[in-house]
Amino acid sequence: MSIFLNENTKVIVQGMTGSEGTKHTRRMLASGTKIVGGVTPGKGGQVVDIDGHQLPVFNTVAEAMTATGANASVVFVPPKFAKAAVIDAIDAAMPLVVVITEGIPVHDSASFYAYSLTKGTTRIVGPNCPGLISPGKSNIGIIPADITGPGPIGLVSKSGTLTYQMMYELRDIGFSTAVGIGGDPVIGTTHIDCLRAFQDDPDTTAIVMIGEIGGDAEERAAAFISEYVTKPVVGYVAGFTAPEGKTMGHAGAIVSGSSGTAQGKKDALEAAGVQVGQTPSETARLLRAILGR
Amino acid sequence: MDLFEYQARDLFEKHGVPVLAAAIATTADEAEAAATKIGGKVVVKAQVKVGGRGKAGGVKLAEDPMDAREKAGAILGMDIKGHVVRTVMIAAAAPIESEYYLAILLDRSNRTFLVMASVSGGMDIEEVARTAPEKLAKVPLSAVDGISAAKATQIITAANFPADVAEQVAHVLVKLWEVFQSEDATLVEVNPLVKTKDGKVIALDGKVTLDDNADFRQPDHEELIDQAAENPLEAAAKAKGLNYVKLDGEVGIIGNGAGLVMSTLDVVAYAGEKHGGVRPANFLDIGGGASAQIMADGLSIILGDKDVKSVFVNVFGGITACDAVATGIVQALELLGPKATKPIVVRLDGNNVVEGRAILDKAAHPLVQQLDTMDGAADRAAELAAK
Repeated sequence: MSIFLNENTKVIVQGMTGSEGTKHTRRMLASGTKIVGGVTPGKGGQVVDIDGHQLPVFNTVAEAMTATGANASVVFVPPKFAKAAVIDAIDAAMPLVVVITEGIPVHDSASFYAYSLTKGTTRIVGPNCPGLISPGKSNIGIIPADITGPGPIGLVSKSGTLTYQMMYELRDIGFSTAVGIGGDPVIGTTHIDCLRAFQDDPDTTAIVMIGEIGGDAEERAAAFISEYVTKPVVGYVAGFTAPEGKTMGHAGAIVSGSSGTAQGKKDALEAAGVQVGQTPSETARLLRAILGR
Repeated sequence: MDLFEYQARDLFEKHGVPVLAAAIATTADEAEAAATKIGGKVVVKAQVKVGGRGKAGGVKLAEDPMDAREKAGAILGMDIKGHVVRTVMIAAAAPIESEYYLAILLDRSNRTFLVMASVSGGMDIEEVARTAPEKLAKVPLSAVDGISAAKATQIITAANFPADVAEQVAHVLVKLWEVFQSEDATLVEVNPLVKTKDGKVIALDGKVTLDDNADFRQPDHEELIDQAAENPLEAAAKAKGLNYVKLDGEVGIIGNGAGLVMSTLDVVAYAGEKHGGVRPANFLDIGGGASAQIMADGLSIILGDKDVKSVFVNVFGGITACDAVATGIVQALELLGPKATKPIVVRLDGNNVVEGRAILDKAAHPLVQQLDTMDGAADRAAELAAK
């Protein structure tokens, strides 16, 4: 098992004909993902050959779903067109939409997230995220597929490269699913959504949660863990030494006043019984101790 | 990007939010001229992007143009919490009867927008929020629907605005939403929104934060950037499209991905505790898909920082392959030649790591040393910076 995706997930790539879209379609295909087509408005009817896979291109997500039976979409279109692409997917009632695009205006992401709530049929992951992977089953997004294989750990993280780092630290144990939820101020899928899904997933026995400064998502996750999660969780929070008022790359990673500090998040997680590592390597050691490996 | 008060005021005016006549001045002469043009009593207000300027003496009432000249002379050059006053705003003075508070902002926790409104405006809205939260109405806003006339009425009722100003406040709310949405703002705050003695509702002071991600569709926002306040290294990095923040330590940091770089800052700061308290000198994220050129640009900026004593390059090759990073380091050092004088500790892992490490081994640059782990490399970089 896994969360949000599995070996039968059929994926379309929005923006497949662009350079980023093509590059990552190739990588996803190589890691075994069932890519069934792409969407680029105005290019419908074309067929693109990517490493011997003949992939049809459609004008809309609805057309692509009807023709291919796709049940997930991954978005690589530039920020300017990202909102229209996501709205198109929501209108088609696409169950899972993974938005990789970085730099989407927050008015656009707030708007498509609000729209997805009114429809109630689409889960959005991202934006500004690396996507999600169930090693050996499916890989939607840009997470390198060869870091590690399947295993009992579930991972949820705001950060892409910290996801890779943590998968690497624990590569001998393996992962059920790793989800990069993204570091933007408005994201579709939260730590809590992933924690709930991992708790309910029989193949996940322990959870790693990676957070970073800014907002109160980790504090809310801690409260959720107290009330719902019985599986062991270890945590890591990046940004202990980040100064107040400076944006550290992720639009969401900014400390304002006393809220959103790494220490505050660590305290909240520890109060919920989560062991929190000071560094990625220490966090990996905590998880190893729990699993006895 | 946070705006100055006068920039916020101009955006308000552009979108039909009622404001008072005002002009900016950077000298006492200009202040006198502005006060003459506005006429009557004026307020001279320091333009700084920090709260508490009133208490610091940065806001003064002036009786006439000569007085405005004098007050501006005293305020210009003043240091308010580390912010030097380079500009003052000269604004018409209004006889105030009541002070209110309005704000529209991004509510991250609920992934939507939020209106906050209070009839207890003025200097201490944070105090109101803390001690009398019932006096601060919070009304969630749909990012799709925004503020309609009906929504404005709901907000006014929730905050108990008096009937005699309800219509005017409703108008202000609708116009503030227009500012918030059409300018791609993440915060629009009016404090105070006042009712004057003759019953007019006016935005007296404003704070606006704009979303940099929307720059591609907001060409007018470029001229709002405060060039004088930009750190020269940060400006140089920005020109190269790099995500760089100057910090106050000695270990230069380059990494890929915001989370990993933040984590690197922490690991270096912890390691620094054992080496005389050295700390990270900067945040620099070369991004998920960095090329050799980007690596070279990044390294040039870091090595140009005189505070840097050692450099830690921490890359986990995902989309960025380690061989590209290694090539970038070698190219940067060739480019810099004798100008590169600081030791560089490199930790590569992930995609094409074997090739990447081999490239650095082959180049055998005397300044470069490789370590296998993030913790080990952080310790070495801190040790070298402490020497």
